[in-house]
Amino acid sequence: MMEKLSLGMSARKKIGNTLYHAFMLILSFIMIYPFVWSLLSSFKQSSQLYGGNPLDMIPRPFTLENYTRLFEVLPFERFLINSVFLSVAMPLCMIAVASLTAYALTRLEFPGRNILFLAFIATMMIPSHVTLIPNYKIIVDMGLINTYAALFLNCMFTGANAFNIFFFRQFFLSIPKDLENAAIIDGCSRLGVFFRIVLPNAKPAIATTAILSFRSVWNSFLWPMLVLNDYDKLTLTVGLKYLKEWEPNWAVLLAGSSLSIVPIVIVFLIFQRHFMASTMNSGFGGK
Amino acid sequence: MQQAPHTVKSHKRRLNLKRREAFTGWLFVSPALIGFSIFTFGSMLYSLYLSLTDYNLLSDPNWVGLANYIRAFTEDQYFYPFFGNTIYFVVTLVPIVLVLSLLLAILINKKAGPLTKGYRVALFLPSITSTVAVSMVWLWIFNPDMGILNNFLTAIGFNNPPLWLADPAWSKPALVIMRVWQMCGYYMLMFLAGLQTIPESLYEAAEVDGASVWQKFIRITVPMLSNTTFVVAILLVIEAFNMFESIFIMTQGGPLGSTSTIMYYIYEQGFTNYNMGYASALAWIFFAIVMVITLIQYRFRNEQGGE
Repeated sequence: MMEKLSLGMSARKKIGNTLYHAFMLILSFIMIYPFVWSLLSSFKQSSQLYGGNPLDMIPRPFTLENYTRLFEVLPFERFLINSVFLSVAMPLCMIAVASLTAYALTRLEFPGRNILFLAFIATMMIPSHVTLIPNYKIIVDMGLINTYAALFLNCMFTGANAFNIFFFRQFFLSIPKDLENAAIIDGCSRLGVFFRIVLPNAKPAIATTAILSFRSVWNSFLWPMLVLNDYDKLTLTVGLKYLKEWEPNWAVLLAGSSLSIVPIVIVFLIFQRHFMASTMNSGFGGK
Repeated sequence: MQQAPHTVKSHKRRLNLKRREAFTGWLFVSPALIGFSIFTFGSMLYSLYLSLTDYNLLSDPNWVGLANYIRAFTEDQYFYPFFGNTIYFVVTLVPIVLVLSLLLAILINKKAGPLTKGYRVALFLPSITSTVAVSMVWLWIFNPDMGILNNFLTAIGFNNPPLWLADPAWSKPALVIMRVWQMCGYYMLMFLAGLQTIPESLYEAAEVDGASVWQKFIRITVPMLSNTTFVVAILLVIEAFNMFESIFIMTQGGPLGSTSTIMYYIYEQGFTNYNMGYASALAWIFFAIVMVITLIQYRFRNEQGGE
């Protein structure tokens, strides 16, 4: 009797499990289908693409003409280099500013510290479009239009980096300061302590902020579109906007989209654990 | 008496140390302080000033008082419809993404073999890619004649599938579908982080008491996740209000203005028509609305008894 009951239950469990996996596989398919479809379509001839059959995935024949055309219309190889450079250099600068600021706000006693912290945190609530027009005017007045300085200044000193300050402060609060104190007693300067002891111990926080900032820089659109004018300075994401204006062939447009999607997907797949951990950390585990 | 000089000296030294620490502190925060003072704090005040002028990028701003604000509320025939569109996106995206991402989080929190890791990656993938690039892909998916969505719908028996982005009645739902697809994975991970802080023992105890799946969900999962839900709701409202890139690429506010939001209108007024004074006023009205809603959320939260 007992055996029969447990057998029934395990069978039900098995069916439940199968249903679960079937459902999740369909769901996962829906989520990745647009990417796979777009990548494969970028190797199709337009006649096949315009057929629009969702199951007709494999390019027949396989062609690179869309990519040839892509690099003819606009300097996409240049955009790729620019995007890679900016999404490494900009997060580095953001982290340098944010970690130093957060360190001072956590470990150094000085009047006005708490008000400063609150002021930085409050900027996270400011939507970027409120500062869009004045910042554009400031950049024009400074003569920095069409320079990368405009991008660096904007990402280092607006709400996005305020989040990084906040995140680093949370992290510094959670690690003991014994090591730092020992170094100070040994006569190490504060800056020395910061570079030699604090930063090497802050690797998890650096990884999280680096990944979140990398993603936001790689994908950023409106500000770089407004301040950059020369084609050879554009990023992939901004380049897509011009491609859409210049190129009527959808197979070429999908080649451009794929070129901007594939690199970040590769980075994501390599560092997927860190990407997901960063996102989970950014919500502070519900705290 | 003999000890007095020593005490004074050490006191002085302490004071000196304190002063040096304060100096170092200000030194360390000064790059950020100067930068934020220009590009965030100063910029906000500047924006407020510009909203009271007729600034148009080409000539110097002239003071016009509240004229821009009055124009938005009383003269501008687009303001209310575009505001309505913005609200449409907020009231559809926020609850849909909130519920779906919570359900997805529960589904992927199941430890059901090696595949679950793959599901996580797949569901999270859309949220890491650029909205601009993804919008280009969806533009093609939604294409009324040659797009794969309508070809699929026709194949399974819908003879007159919607024209999606070309039809004012379907353009908003189309954008919502695309945004839900893109946003869910991100908030799913936030909920997952929250779910993993709930002790397993709570569920075990409930099982002993004979609680059903639904009871466990309502009595344990939902209340234990209230902090996460609050954070997700705040972030979602802000993100939904700020919808811009997908509109910019997929519809440019059309057809017939059916997808133009206040955010898109600010861009259009500021950088297409160069009415930067007016665009600044719109930005401040919009900012005020988002702030009020966020404060209401906090208020609501406090009344619910959260920390």
